Amino acid sequence: MGVLTALGRRLLQVLLTVVIVALLIFGLMRLLPGDPALTLLGDRATDVQIVAMQHKLGLDEPMLFQFGQFLLHTVTLQLGDSITLRVPVSRLIVDGLPITMLLTAMAAILALLMAVPLAFIGALRPNGWADAIIRVIAQISLSMPVFYIGLVLLITLAAGLHLFPVGGIGAGFFEDLYYLFLPAMTLALSLAAVLLRNLRQSLAEVLNAEYVGFAVAKGLPPRLILGRHVLRNAIISTVTLLGLNMGTLVGGAVITESVFAIPGIGRLLIDSIFARDYPVVQGLSMVLAVMVSLVFLLTDTVQALLDPRLAR
Amino acid sequence: MSASITPRAFAFPRPATLIGIAILLLFAACAVIPGAIAPYPPDAFDFTALLKPPSWVHPFGTDNFGRDILSRTIWASRIDLQIAIFCTLFPALFGTFVGSVLGYVGGWPDAVFRRIVDVFITIPFLVIVIAIVAVLGPGLLNMYIAVSAVNWIIYARLMRGEVQAQSQRDYAAAGRVMGYGPARIIFRHLLPNAIAPILVYWMTDMALEILLGSSLGYLGLGAQPPESEWGVLIADGKNFMNTAWWMSIFPGIAIVLAGTGFSLVGDGVAGWLRRRQ
Repeated sequence: MGVLTALGRRLLQVLLTVVIVALLIFGLMRLLPGDPALTLLGDRATDVQIVAMQHKLGLDEPMLFQFGQFLLHTVTLQLGDSITLRVPVSRLIVDGLPITMLLTAMAAILALLMAVPLAFIGALRPNGWADAIIRVIAQISLSMPVFYIGLVLLITLAAGLHLFPVGGIGAGFFEDLYYLFLPAMTLALSLAAVLLRNLRQSLAEVLNAEYVGFAVAKGLPPRLILGRHVLRNAIISTVTLLGLNMGTLVGGAVITESVFAIPGIGRLLIDSIFARDYPVVQGLSMVLAVMVSLVFLLTDTVQALLDPRLAR
Repeated sequence: MSASITPRAFAFPRPATLIGIAILLLFAACAVIPGAIAPYPPDAFDFTALLKPPSWVHPFGTDNFGRDILSRTIWASRIDLQIAIFCTLFPALFGTFVGSVLGYVGGWPDAVFRRIVDVFITIPFLVIVIAIVAVLGPGLLNMYIAVSAVNWIIYARLMRGEVQAQSQRDYAAAGRVMGYGPARIIFRHLLPNAIAPILVYWMTDMALEILLGSSLGYLGLGAQPPESEWGVLIADGKNFMNTAWWMSIFPGIAIVLAGTGFSLVGDGVAGWLRRRQ
């Protein structure tokens, strides 16, 4: 009951946020210089053509009405057609989104596989030599831009040792996994450093908590203490961290897809920006915002399930 | 002689902080007098030395026009440090101002601000900046505008929380009892006590902005090719990945080094502020 009310409230918040995001994107596209009708038609358009196109796009309607239309179209996924590719934006998104989602999911899993064990090692023996090495590596990886991590992996593992393809995606799910491994690793390395830093901190705090001391005093075997008491709390902070870093992960995916020539929505976004393909940029920004919002919601739900205190 | 000067106030920085300071001084020197440090002009073509691997003559190798990568990397410090400063200066000042007012005043302006924060954490930072740059057109100036338009929110959020916490303290109440106006309480009393996290974040943020600026440069949205910028240099090398790895690798090391420098100094500042309290 409590969990459900809290969720309902969060859902409303998410909806409000998405509407404001829509307003922002709408405003950005309308208020800045450049007439979309002119962009669509090119420089050699006549005035009559421009007025006709403005009418067709609904640009001669009142702003509020236009915004309502934009919202309605977004909700019903009528995002218009791409100017350069001449296909519906929703088609492009349906094609690209699964690839981007697979990439980010793989990256998140790889990052967890790296960060969680290392954080445990660091937190169990703080300031030991292993902790020091881990911290130096995390610091270096934090200072590396995503595209550079990608290039280093490409130069060494793909171009140098020919272990992985240089880019693109495969045919079929399992080949995709192979093709997406290096890009996912790229994203995972940058994410793992952030996770590691914060996780080590929160693990150290949990290890110092009274109930852990109590469990030790009770004579529980260390494995049981770590597995049952420490890990559960560690998972909560990991989930929180993953959720908080979702934006960074999606932003990183945009760059990674460009580096590895992966046909996901990230590369589509960059390509559309260069092509001034406004309908695509508009639609993609909305999709990305909704995606991140949903992940936030999912994070909150998982958190509430793991820790009933948070459901309030 | 004077009891107020404790040894701790003059505590020598820790080795890690010193390394950070040394790195930043090195880059500052590269940015201020690149001509005196770089062995070659950054744009000197040498068609007798195309795509040469690292050697004593060209420590970082040469590119496809025979330009010396070391010299180009050194000259690029100028743009990248400029990015670090210009992407953070306005956000830090404006964000601090807005955040401290909101944190003290509260009420509906604060509620509106919290909504704005919700929105901006929903769209990835990079995507917002890319979208704004896309509308304004690629280039450094537009990148500064785009980053500044968004980045102040992070400072404002940080400052708002700090000021809110400080305004609950007794000295703030004392100020109100004394009949001081809000402006005096905020800027004379709360701000100096709440500014520490901002200073620490500022250092971290400079590293983040170098990463962001070089990423946009790499994508072709930031600094434009004749300008040497680390991200642009790395992008130049991408097409020669199979034959001339040095073109991309060395400018990237400069980014990592600069980022590490800012982080180490940031950690040092954080430690110093903690010890002072």
